[in-house]
Amino acid sequence: MKNLISSAASKNEMTDNLYLYGVARIRSKEMSLFSKSDIDQLMSCKTEKECIRLLNDKGWGRNDTDESLEQLLTSEREKTWELMDELVDDMSVFHTFLYGNDYHNLKAAIKQAYKGIERPDLYIKDGTIDLAVINKAIKEQDFSILPEHMREAASEAYQIQFHTGDSQLCDIIIDKAALDSIYAHGKGLKNELLSQYVEIKVAVANINIAIRSVKTGKDEFFLNRALVECESLDKKKLIESAKDGMESIYEYLSTTTYSDAVAELRISSQAFERWCDNRIIEYIKPQKYNPFTLSPLLAYLLARENEIKTVRIILSGKKNDIGDSVIRERLRQMYV
Amino acid sequence: MEIINDYGIVLALLGAVLVALVPGMASAKAVSMGGVAGAGIITENPSLFGKVLILQLLPGTQGIYGLLIAFITLSQIGVLGGSGDISFVKGILYLAACMPMIIVGYTSCIRQSKASIASMGVVAKKPDQFGKAMIFPAMVETYAILALLISLLAVNGVGGINI
Repeated sequence: MKNLISSAASKNEMTDNLYLYGVARIRSKEMSLFSKSDIDQLMSCKTEKECIRLLNDKGWGRNDTDESLEQLLTSEREKTWELMDELVDDMSVFHTFLYGNDYHNLKAAIKQAYKGIERPDLYIKDGTIDLAVINKAIKEQDFSILPEHMREAASEAYQIQFHTGDSQLCDIIIDKAALDSIYAHGKGLKNELLSQYVEIKVAVANINIAIRSVKTGKDEFFLNRALVECESLDKKKLIESAKDGMESIYEYLSTTTYSDAVAELRISSQAFERWCDNRIIEYIKPQKYNPFTLSPLLAYLLARENEIKTVRIILSGKKNDIGDSVIRERLRQMYV
Repeated sequence: MEIINDYGIVLALLGAVLVALVPGMASAKAVSMGGVAGAGIITENPSLFGKVLILQLLPGTQGIYGLLIAFITLSQIGVLGGSGDISFVKGILYLAACMPMIIVGYTSCIRQSKASIASMGVVAKKPDQFGKAMIFPAMVETYAILALLISLLAVNGVGGINI
């Protein structure tokens, strides 16, 4: 017992010390994250161009060319990953955030092989698996070269797409496998923040699937295939309530930790999405004062993603002449 | 009894060695942790070097306190010159006298380094709050100083006891 405690203590101490340099740099980087006043400043810009100019002044973009909104956001995302690459020796701790891209690429590869076309622009660059490996696996039907968590889903989705042509079922299989992998990786790292993040992410995906299934009249088979097991929601109860309609889902959610979401769900799916993002930000906020462990780095990563999403909402709104009050309703809470 | 008394100097020397060794090791580790965190802050803002350096060095004092007690103990027991005639009981007393600095030196050092690193985060975000930020790790120093005081008095006091 004594040995167990001392080994656990030394492991904690090691983990604490592993990210000292990274957390110290993140403390300074947090200073440049957008606060509410920065968002207000962005909101006060009249056009998309004016917004981009302001973002450039604040150090966004690569500073070498006139970047479009998408290029600007992509380069900001790349900068964040470049920073993480500098701060952490083993990038596998961030795979939870990248698995989604891998499964998107798998989906794109299967669809392109099925249609017999090549559209490299459909792939997402940041992933844990080389695009060439995914393409080779699909073209040669050699799924053994894919990581273990992806093999079965890739093979099943491929068979279904090619034998039945059912793209929706193919998507469901891949999306479920993606969520399963994200959940397993997030829980497996034994980091409280990451564990809570994947819990919210998977539960929110389940809620969205259940609501969509009611709206589109999907059956129990669909729900069973699409929903992912998680700790905070009971899959069986969610399926049962989805069979009885929307109100029944709301009733079930009222008995769970997501009871606050019901009011937002009644408003709109955008309001629910905003509620989810705000809940994650609320949850990660204490990491601003944590000088140890991986958690502050994860929190920064999520805060940056939230910042990029908020900027996208504002700029898309400005571009499409949407009123400021409507844009403000969609804005997320900021980390700093 | 005579044979046992031969081991008195061994115990006293053990105390002196441990009091230099344990807080010294703890200080080395703590200063290294501070250095790693400090390097992270300097990468982003080199102008904070002076402030970060002070915070890094705060947990280094326990090693110096340990050295001081070790030096006084070595002088008292005659290893640095003079008579090395130490009874078994006196040897145990010297070892016991070093204990506060050995134990408190180690524990306070590791904890102080954590407070220092947390304070570096404050300095990184609000450099003008350096004074307040320094107080937190400095408070931990109190207990290292108390242990130093007791070990100092005890080592000196044991020298005067005739056993």
